[in-house]
Amino acid sequence: MNSLLEIRHCRKNFGGNTVLTDLNLNVEQSQVLSIIGPSGSGKSTLLRCATLLETMDGGDLIYDGVYAAKDQDGNAVYAGNATLQQVRNMFGLVFQNFNLFPHYSVLKNVMEAPILVQKREKREVEWEARDLLEQMGLSDKADAYPYQLSGGQQQRVSIARALAMNPKILFFDEPTSALDPELTGEILRVIRKLAEKKMTMVIVTHEMAFARDVSDWVVFMNGGVIIEQGKPSDVIDHPSQERTIQFLRRIREQ
Amino acid sequence: MTLTTMVMKMSEGFGKTCAIFFLTLLFSLPLGMLVAMLRMSKNKIVSGVTRFVISVLRGTPLMLQLLAVTYGPYYLFGLSVSRNKLIPVVVAFSINYAAYFAEIYRGGIESMSIGQYEAAEVLGYSKWQTFMRIILPQVIKRIMPSITNEVVTLVKDTSMAFTVSYQEMFTIGKQIANSQTSFVPFLVAGLFYYIFNLLVDFTMGRVEKGLNYYR
Repeated sequence: MNSLLEIRHCRKNFGGNTVLTDLNLNVEQSQVLSIIGPSGSGKSTLLRCATLLETMDGGDLIYDGVYAAKDQDGNAVYAGNATLQQVRNMFGLVFQNFNLFPHYSVLKNVMEAPILVQKREKREVEWEARDLLEQMGLSDKADAYPYQLSGGQQQRVSIARALAMNPKILFFDEPTSALDPELTGEILRVIRKLAEKKMTMVIVTHEMAFARDVSDWVVFMNGGVIIEQGKPSDVIDHPSQERTIQFLRRIREQ
Repeated sequence: MTLTTMVMKMSEGFGKTCAIFFLTLLFSLPLGMLVAMLRMSKNKIVSGVTRFVISVLRGTPLMLQLLAVTYGPYYLFGLSVSRNKLIPVVVAFSINYAAYFAEIYRGGIESMSIGQYEAAEVLGYSKWQTFMRIILPQVIKRIMPSITNEVVTLVKDTSMAFTVSYQEMFTIGKQIANSQTSFVPFLVAGLFYYIFNLLVDFTMGRVEKGLNYYR
């Protein structure tokens, strides 16, 4: 069986600095994969390459067998717009800073893309959007505007907005970094509920407890390469690489 | 001449003052957006030329631009000066104000966070959909106070049409002031502009309030 997402030999430079070097990553159906590592390790860049917000310099990017980018003589050649649009329909992204549309109500934030981009029927989309908001514990906030919500609520709206597109895979870019510590719990609960429903997720995070709790695969990155990966009980509790041990010790000391 | 006659004569010109005002807004607001787009173009030549044109339009007197547009065709090409001065006046005003509006639009657009573009991109919005639905509505809200400023200035600037003897309110007032050796027409004109701007203030205040449903 194909992996849902396959990144092969990904290479990325920023103005002469190598950010990612020959990086390979597979995400399987229903897997919850956490990417951890110090800042500057390239984990956010990897996520941005996977979500087409950055272009790779070299390598393959394959979603469910569809090539978004294919390596040709060491250069990543991207597919045409139609294919990229098809690929964008396969994933959702939850941002660190939510990036909700402030001029739209909560409901419209969730509803507009499915209607506008996927050309789905409005009544059906609204029914689904209200259901998603209920799952996020936000049924009473449908008509509110983002500025009226707490950070945790805004992040749950942005999760609902991503889910409304029925993605096969959902990315999270440090989803709790902009939140007060006491609000991270509500996001964690939502992600855990999604994991129970077999949602495929890739989470870039600083929170080790979070990564250990929800994920079934952990990737530790440093200096633009994957140092080690495996089950959280291995990578987080019994790391084998010196860099991982150092990183985890530093995190615990904080 | 009685005060009533003065006011009557000047109100006749007030229609033309309004014509300059509304036509200038009608043309310069969209034209400014076009200019802003050219100014932000990735093509260095396009953005450079636009930048230069804007700097000339903002760096030289509007009065001079009025004279240039009205009489330039005659001096340059020997064309007769158009009877209806409204056309050159509105052209000069529209071009001048478009330059100011363009810089306001640009400031507003560039102040938008990159995250708004990225959120729309990931959701599959096209560039056009992103601009029209996500960026522009928020830009309009942000730049409203600056736009109000320009509109208020425009009300007063219409008086500059006197330099090309377009028979708007201030031109008529000036003529009466000369023939009657009286300062009163200027006071009347001042009152006209002030009341006009009270209305502008009120209207723009309503618009800004209407956009206050979100932050």
